[in-house]
Amino acid sequence: MKTFLIARREALAYLTSPGAYDIVFVFTAITGYLFIDGISRPFPEATVNRYVGSITFSMVFLAPALTMRLFAEERRLGTLDLLLSSPVSDWQVVLGKYLGVLSLYALMLLATVFYAALLYWFGTPDSGPVASAYLGLFLYGAAALAVGLWTSSLTANQTVAAILGVGILVLLSITQLAAPATGGWVATVLEEASLVTRFSDMRQGVVDISDVVYYLSVITLFLFLSVRSVESKRWV
Amino acid sequence: MIEVENVSKRYGDAEAVRDVSFRVDTGEVVGFVGPNGAGKTTTMKVLACLMPPTAGIARIAGFDTVDHSADARRRLGYLPESVPLYTDMTVRQYLSYMAALRDVPKARRAERVSEVIAAVGTEEYADRRIGTLSKGFRQRVGIGQAVIHEPAVVILDEPTSGLDPAQRIEMRSLITNIGREHAVLLSSHILSEVALGCDRIVVIDRGRVVADGTLPEITAAAGLAEGSSTESVFLALTGTGERAEP
Repeated sequence: MKTFLIARREALAYLTSPGAYDIVFVFTAITGYLFIDGISRPFPEATVNRYVGSITFSMVFLAPALTMRLFAEERRLGTLDLLLSSPVSDWQVVLGKYLGVLSLYALMLLATVFYAALLYWFGTPDSGPVASAYLGLFLYGAAALAVGLWTSSLTANQTVAAILGVGILVLLSITQLAAPATGGWVATVLEEASLVTRFSDMRQGVVDISDVVYYLSVITLFLFLSVRSVESKRWV
Repeated sequence: MIEVENVSKRYGDAEAVRDVSFRVDTGEVVGFVGPNGAGKTTTMKVLACLMPPTAGIARIAGFDTVDHSADARRRLGYLPESVPLYTDMTVRQYLSYMAALRDVPKARRAERVSEVIAAVGTEEYADRRIGTLSKGFRQRVGIGQAVIHEPAVVILDEPTSGLDPAQRIEMRSLITNIGREHAVLLSSHILSEVALGCDRIVVIDRGRVVADGTLPEITAAAGLAEGSSTESVFLALTGTGERAEP
């Protein structure tokens, strides 16, 4: 119950902060531009395949921008002390903040459904890949936000939190590039650990349970690390 | 009731608080006085369950701040030194959020929030965003959140710092009112500030309690004649000189 209370407070804080509108503006500008680019080429296809890439690309930078305030700002302002001296568990605080930012991301994704609607209006896209791509986008974004939440919990400096988050997300997006240079199980790990490789099946219309499990694992891992980080503040 | 038994807190090699013991009973307002860097905020953070003591035990209403932290926090109202508030919320939104986080039943929440808004004298600004309020009013909202759930224990870290004289007087009567039903511990680095409103004074210096009692009692402990100025009592008990915050 308190988890949802905190989630609601965080979601409302985004809606009243200019920073969040900046981020949503940049997000819709990038995805909108690449959508137009995709359909204005010769022989356009009625597929979401082109613009979904712009969403995953922009979330590498925008997810940490969204999450950086969640803990870092509260820590700097001292409001975190009030939260932590209230009868609220560390899990409730972390999950609440996470659900708050996740609901904003869901709204952002919802805005891009407009592009898909245009495809349906002017063409006949295959609905399977559209649905699987959106499932993938949601999971991908959710994982990126969990990473950002964790980096925000590490510091009182929002800039440091954002840069660290972008760094981790970029690394997690390019691990597969090093795979060919290595071999054996290392190559497999590098290939499978990539946030991007996991998403590429889904944008083609394939929902592999292992991909879903992968994203859920990343989310769980970083939420767990966030709880640990908040807990550790009590033990300094 | 607040019980502090032989609490020490060490940050690396620096010992911020050494073997501190005192208690505050229900219905009592106790002033916690010492120079900057004496260990007041550290002790209060230990009491607020924000960090465990290196040694010793702190209890809020009988609950250990480490082993029964959740029970202790349910009975605790705390105002940190910097008066942290969510500036994007209105006074009413903020207080009702805090009330919900601290288990005030939903049916009673709106009524309790209005009560507290009246008690701390912020009716006029109830629906204004906290970010637009002056320091004095923010301080009142800060005290409001500390008592919103009618906790057994209220801990206020420098509640009067940065206020003008009229605001200080109002704050004092506000705290005296709170003290009727709660155990209140409030800190200050100015003895005269707490001498008026508090039933008892605990003086801390360099991490140790150097005096504990009523103003006449601590004046005697300082080896001074009754009626000596609060400044001279403070200086006699703590010595002079600046020290860095740990």
